Amino acid sequence: MHRLPPQVKVVALLVFVIAVVLMPREAFWAHALAGCLIAGVMILAELPAGFVARRMLVEVPILIFALLLPFFGQGPTTRVLGLTLSVEGLWGAWTIIAKATLGVGASVVVSATTTIPDIIRGLDRIRVPRVITAIAGFMVRYLDIVAGEFARRRVAMASRGYEPRWLWQGGPLAQSAGSLFIRSYERGERVHQAMVARGFTGRMPTYGDRPASLRQWVLGLSVSAVAVVLAVLSVTVIR
Amino acid sequence: MHIPDGFLNGATSAGTAVVAAGGLGYSIKRAGAYLQDNRIALTGLIAAFIFALQMINFPVGAGTSGHLLGGALAVILVGPWLGITAVSVVVIVQALLLADGGVSALGVNILNMALVTGFVGWAVFRIMVRLLPRSWTTVLVSTFTAALASVVVSSIAFVIEYALGGRGNVEFGTVLAAMAGFHFLIGIGEGLISAATVGAVAATRPELIAGVQDLDLVDKEKKKIRAGAWGFAAAGLTVAALLVLVVAPLASVEPDGLERVAIDEGFIDSAEDHALNDSPLADYGVSGIEDEATGTRLSGLIGVLVTFGVGAAIVAAFVVMRKRSTTSL
Amino acid sequence: MSEPSLEVAGLFFSYPDGHQALRGVDLHVHHGERVALLGPNGAGKTTLLLHLNGILRPDGGTVRVAGLDVSDEAAMEVRRRVGLVFQDPDDQLFMPTVGQDVAFGPANFGLVGAELEARVAAALGAVSMLDAIDRAPHHLSYGERRRVAIATVLAMMPEILVLDEPTSNLDPASRRELIDVLRALPITQLVVTHDLPFALELCPRALVMDEGSIVAGDDTVDVLSDEILMKAHRLELPYRFDPRGGTGR
Repeated sequence: MHRLPPQVKVVALLVFVIAVVLMPREAFWAHALAGCLIAGVMILAELPAGFVARRMLVEVPILIFALLLPFFGQGPTTRVLGLTLSVEGLWGAWTIIAKATLGVGASVVVSATTTIPDIIRGLDRIRVPRVITAIAGFMVRYLDIVAGEFARRRVAMASRGYEPRWLWQGGPLAQSAGSLFIRSYERGERVHQAMVARGFTGRMPTYGDRPASLRQWVLGLSVSAVAVVLAVLSVTVIR
Repeated sequence: MHIPDGFLNGATSAGTAVVAAGGLGYSIKRAGAYLQDNRIALTGLIAAFIFALQMINFPVGAGTSGHLLGGALAVILVGPWLGITAVSVVVIVQALLLADGGVSALGVNILNMALVTGFVGWAVFRIMVRLLPRSWTTVLVSTFTAALASVVVSSIAFVIEYALGGRGNVEFGTVLAAMAGFHFLIGIGEGLISAATVGAVAATRPELIAGVQDLDLVDKEKKKIRAGAWGFAAAGLTVAALLVLVVAPLASVEPDGLERVAIDEGFIDSAEDHALNDSPLADYGVSGIEDEATGTRLSGLIGVLVTFGVGAAIVAAFVVMRKRSTTSL
Repeated sequence: MSEPSLEVAGLFFSYPDGHQALRGVDLHVHHGERVALLGPNGAGKTTLLLHLNGILRPDGGTVRVAGLDVSDEAAMEVRRRVGLVFQDPDDQLFMPTVGQDVAFGPANFGLVGAELEARVAAALGAVSMLDAIDRAPHHLSYGERRRVAIATVLAMMPEILVLDEPTSNLDPASRRELIDVLRALPITQLVVTHDLPFALELCPRALVMDEGSIVAGDDTVDVLSDEILMKAHRLELPYRFDPRGGTGR
């Protein structure tokens, strides 16, 4: 899993989530099997459970939204444990929770087994416009520096007693955001000079990416293929 | 606001993806003249800047916090095409590297968070600076309004998409009221931070602000910018007074809730934990739980909203006044 | 000697805001020579460097690199011949991985495939950073980043290596590694630095620049020993440092 070429993983991820999105909501078994697939891949890739759990936290806001749906949905209601809940709302909640969890799980597998530069290279390989991958590359490269400068400022401000708790204390923070922008802008200009100094003429060169072999494509897409089969099966069974 | 996989049905996901691809493609093309030049590295740096800014959380009530979207701020600072391109890249990277927002929902997320915020922010900003007297007051007030509008309209776009292809059938009006209302609160925070940031840039490198480059403001002295802040304060107070006169009678004020929010929540999550991490990616916190309030306090929401809005507008005035008085030392 | 590696004559330059940064710079660096360029802050050193590969255009005067005039037509070739290492390695290392970054230059000059990979490996090997080829620049130490930054220009096989403040922000061990790397490189070098012991150790000859022109140039030992000259141009040796003493040269 760790060694698959990034472009294979990105395509596999995309196919997988599309298959999941297209599964009919009544097909509990298809969602469950897809979940087993992802869990299996996680175990195969030896991802630590705690790590996965932490990364899965990004879906919490959506889970909250989903859990509210049964209370606000319209139409026929049902009683569960003494609560009056909308049937449609329950379906909505189930669908969102199931699909979002599968999607986040699959994304976590890919992002955990692929380095950031590799993902960008993979995007390059599958013909995502070079402009986007180049910008993403620069962004990832300088994120640490920009965020680090921001964090250092906040430490510097905190060490001089600035602990913003109230809205009217936000001034210095925005001040540092402003100077952060200026510094980012100026660094952008310096980086450009450094690029020109090494012969940049407007096209980002490629280096070191190797095409994936057929075997790697087959291997990488096998999991997604199972998901596609599940989706197709569930569609036909439900009809 | 990051929509995950499966939140919208396949057709809506595909449709929004097409719209987003078209919009982003057009933005890149328009920005292309620059990207040939020195702007490709610059756009990456701007994207990193926006990403870093999104780590600022601010409470919006009901125990939840919003984080900066940065779309309006980006387009005002670097222009619409570059800004939209940069924010789109942020959204793409968040989906692929952080699982924040689904891969199949990339289209809708780019649409809501980059294209809608960018276009709305730019349109509101440009219309306002053209119509209002040319001054830094106008620039700051316009930035505030543009950022606020961009967040609210973005949430409305979300509701429309949800109505078109969402799972579950909550009544359109209910979701709309809840989301737009809630994002009005987030938008105030967004507007304040955006305006203050633009003000800070204007104080040192006004020529960098793309949104005002044709306005002949750049050559004016820094004291004008300071005067601008005073004007912003005055304008804020006027808006607040108007709100009180026009809207306040309709509001069913809920002082307890507001008080609780004010006491429970600091303005900004403390910085220490971020400062010590070696990578911002390592600790991309969960934020922007914008939907919790939907359930708990829908009835009182409008009341709280207006009260909060009035209060925030007044506070906004003071933020800028205080900030200016410190910088002028 | 034959054609000098670098020859600058009568160079004048003013920034758009009117500040005159260069007022008639003359200097030459011979093939294989290592020359230090000393001078206080604001003397115009960095401005001069940006002229060497045509990023800035002079208002008057000429820059020749191995006999080639720095002009619009020759810009690409000049940029290949002059390897400019910027002061902040974070400005220089902009690609996601070390390998991609080192490949950036030669790839722009048309190298592809195995040839490109060999070039990248050779350049990284020359600064002892081959192990880091797949790492991200921001995961390297500052000293390592500095060495990779040098590799990024070595990969273009330049005629002359131009370094801006290479020892700034380095801890003593990293500084030592850098000196060893630079001394081992068989290439012409022009080094801008405030680190006078470093200049003495690396460069037999030193130039002093102040207020936009070269005001002195001689054996590094003699320059550093000239107390009047040093004082006049805000240069100061470390406490109790004797340039004629037994420092390793």
